[in-house]
Amino acid sequence: MADVTHDAAGPLSAAEVDDVELYHPKSWITKYVFSQDAKVIAIQYSIVALAIGLVALVLSWLMRLQLGFPGTFSFIDPDRYYQFITMHGMIMVIYLLTALFLGGFGNYLIPLMLGARDMVFPYVNMLSFWIYFLAVLVLVAGFFLPGGPTGAGWTLYPPQAILANTPGQQWGILVMLVSLILFIIGFTMGGLNYVVTVLQGRARGMTLMRMPLTIWGIFTATVMALLAFPALFVGAVMMLLDKLVGTSFFMPAIIAMGERLAHKGGSPILFQHLFWFFGHPEVYIVALPAFGIVSDLISTHARKNIFGYRMMVWALVAIGALSFVVWAHHMYVSGMHPAFGFFFATTTLIIAIPTAIKVYNWVLTLWRGDIHLTVPMLFALGFIVTFVNGGLTGLFLGNVVVDVPLSDTMFVVAHFHMVMGVAPILVIFGAIYHWYPKVTGRMLGDVLGKLHFWVTFLGAYLIFFPMHYIGLMGVPRRYHEISGMAFVPPSAATLNEFITIVALIVGAAQLAFLFNLVWSVRHGRPAGGNPWRATTLEWQTPQTPPAHGNWGKDLPVVYRWAYDYSVPGAAEDFLPQNQPPTPQPA
Amino acid sequence: MGVAIVLALVVIGSVVFHFLSPWWWTPIASNWGYIDDTIIITFWITGVVFAAVVLFMAYCVLRFRHREGNRAAYEPENKRLEWWLAVGTGVGVAAMLAPGLVVWHQFVTVPKDATIVEVVAQQWQWAYRLPGADGRIGASDVAHITPENPLGIDPKDPHGQDDVVIQGDNLHLPLGKPVKMLLRAVDVLHNFYVPEFRAKMDMIPGSVTYYWFTPTRAGTFDVLCAELCGTGHTFMRGNVVVEPEGNYQAWLQQQKTFAQLQAPASTQAKN
Repeated sequence: MADVTHDAAGPLSAAEVDDVELYHPKSWITKYVFSQDAKVIAIQYSIVALAIGLVALVLSWLMRLQLGFPGTFSFIDPDRYYQFITMHGMIMVIYLLTALFLGGFGNYLIPLMLGARDMVFPYVNMLSFWIYFLAVLVLVAGFFLPGGPTGAGWTLYPPQAILANTPGQQWGILVMLVSLILFIIGFTMGGLNYVVTVLQGRARGMTLMRMPLTIWGIFTATVMALLAFPALFVGAVMMLLDKLVGTSFFMPAIIAMGERLAHKGGSPILFQHLFWFFGHPEVYIVALPAFGIVSDLISTHARKNIFGYRMMVWALVAIGALSFVVWAHHMYVSGMHPAFGFFFATTTLIIAIPTAIKVYNWVLTLWRGDIHLTVPMLFALGFIVTFVNGGLTGLFLGNVVVDVPLSDTMFVVAHFHMVMGVAPILVIFGAIYHWYPKVTGRMLGDVLGKLHFWVTFLGAYLIFFPMHYIGLMGVPRRYHEISGMAFVPPSAATLNEFITIVALIVGAAQLAFLFNLVWSVRHGRPAGGNPWRATTLEWQTPQTPPAHGNWGKDLPVVYRWAYDYSVPGAAEDFLPQNQPPTPQPA
Repeated sequence: MGVAIVLALVVIGSVVFHFLSPWWWTPIASNWGYIDDTIIITFWITGVVFAAVVLFMAYCVLRFRHREGNRAAYEPENKRLEWWLAVGTGVGVAAMLAPGLVVWHQFVTVPKDATIVEVVAQQWQWAYRLPGADGRIGASDVAHITPENPLGIDPKDPHGQDDVVIQGDNLHLPLGKPVKMLLRAVDVLHNFYVPEFRAKMDMIPGSVTYYWFTPTRAGTFDVLCAELCGTGHTFMRGNVVVEPEGNYQAWLQQQKTFAQLQAPASTQAKN
């Protein structure tokens, strides 16, 4: 194929700067705290995201304890339960997954994989992190304010979200909306930076169609996020106005608990459209970086080029574009005009085709590969299983009439956890095991890593696969307990107990991972510069971990695509992207 | 070896669980058996794809795992194979979408002879209104809501006077007659959901939404709220009783009309 040919180095990159032009840190504070180095910012993003993720993990334990052993833990009353599910959902989707994939992996990998010295706007990049950090602090403040955090569900549907009878309606909903607004401001700064860096900061010879799929995934997701987050932004501002100033964007005339409210004429469903216009692309904002990263993990650890690279790139772009015309499949039973169902069911099922192509190409990359069952590879395999499972149940929910009985049940909970919870998180783990040696210079422990993988993968599958069937039975989601339903057999309570026990075990396994992360910084096996014998540029840096400026005096020049593994006739089974072509014998 | 076996076991375990576990949908009690059929088609297609992909992966892991001296093949693309797979996927997707859209068309097309049942939701209880002898329900608005008129029926609309109002009691429906559920909420979002009927729809303050179905099985069924509506959401329950026409009429005779409820004193005097 054309992109493999060894043509001459491309034109000069617009953002190619000399090392001396970077702002080099002069003190400990500017090196580790207010750093402008994308790699430090990436680690800051990752640590904050993982820390707030631990909060979400504990919240999931608490809600599972209530569902598995209802009545045993009296402090988990309905109000607290709703606060737990709301905060768990919002933290996982926005403050962990989005922040870690784009702020964490995006910052670390974009400059390194593209052969740039740094992001093109390092100062804005630093601000992006600190605003994100502030957003997290404001979010957490909800736990300590009177009334606690909001319990409106992570979708924050009005009118309920801002009325009495919903926990956290005094302060919780306010800090939630303010935190989201801050997050979006911070993200926009980072996101513009990522896009400009990808378009302008690439090394010589790094054409777009030579970029690793990791970068394609992060790039496409960032463009989508820049287009989708504004919808959430205005939604949050409008709801704040409804709550604080008494406007009626989302508030019709309402009698709440016998009292006539001052609102009049607003539309609750307008918020749902704004929310899901953001919310559905958001699913792919999380999924596309995972798609990209897992492609590179599979290719590297199977020692084989990714199968159908060009198709993979176009599938990413197609999914990104289509994801903006499917949002109302979250609203089939919202009461919107039923004719919309035909349109959104069709677009939603069409998106299955590029997604399926990606799955085929992953497994076809394994075919006739040289599969090294390293920890990153195991996580990649686990991702394919859970993603295929969760993606296929999406075909139930996307098909409008099938969604009618399943919507708002535990089937939905099981589906989205499998497809956008478990699957991307398995990629995050795989990616951390994969790139940790570059970040620290040491390998993560292998035995603990394998233990972590098996418990997490099999445990998560055991949690969420049976949960579909509870929903199929008709048990609604967001129920504090399932007693008193004639159609639910007593055995369902046993299944809930089982799921809870497995969830506790899977959660505990993450402690082994955290221990591994901390312990290996000092005690891990030294990794060397390129322990996985990978082709992409981040493994070809002169130092490991890479110094500020990444490349020392000379920027790399790219001669080939990112997937020259096991090239016939080559001495090694990989050819780095910056390795010049061998002169052909005359 | 171990990895391949575990992957195969994931597939086998999932299939066995699907067929042998006791957790399955409730026996249907409405005309929406078509929805169940579409779900079954979807289960088959997606199940086959899931098994095929994961078993293929298991085979690859078994057959192509690293051994000393192995080297991967170099095959960047295979246009023919990629297009075949894309077209095949398209066919599978169409096989699920087409019946789905046909049934959706039925779901949103209310038969002319459907009788109207209005459901009014508020935190956290259900109330119902049935048309009286005139076959129509009167206008309503939250502006009319008072403790004596909790559904907000317009007292000036003559069609509303004979409307049957059911509060704090179960809804009864006649067996075998199509009903159009008109759904209203006065405070926040709710969703009138009976698992056995397979239908649900959100209720939005300020709007009227609807769905229709025909009850096909007599019995008493749980009514659940399926849209988060605040602290009491879990406990917003009720029952709907489906019974033969005779029993239904007997029940209907005992219900009070809006006019009767508005003037409880005079009604009692007549008795």
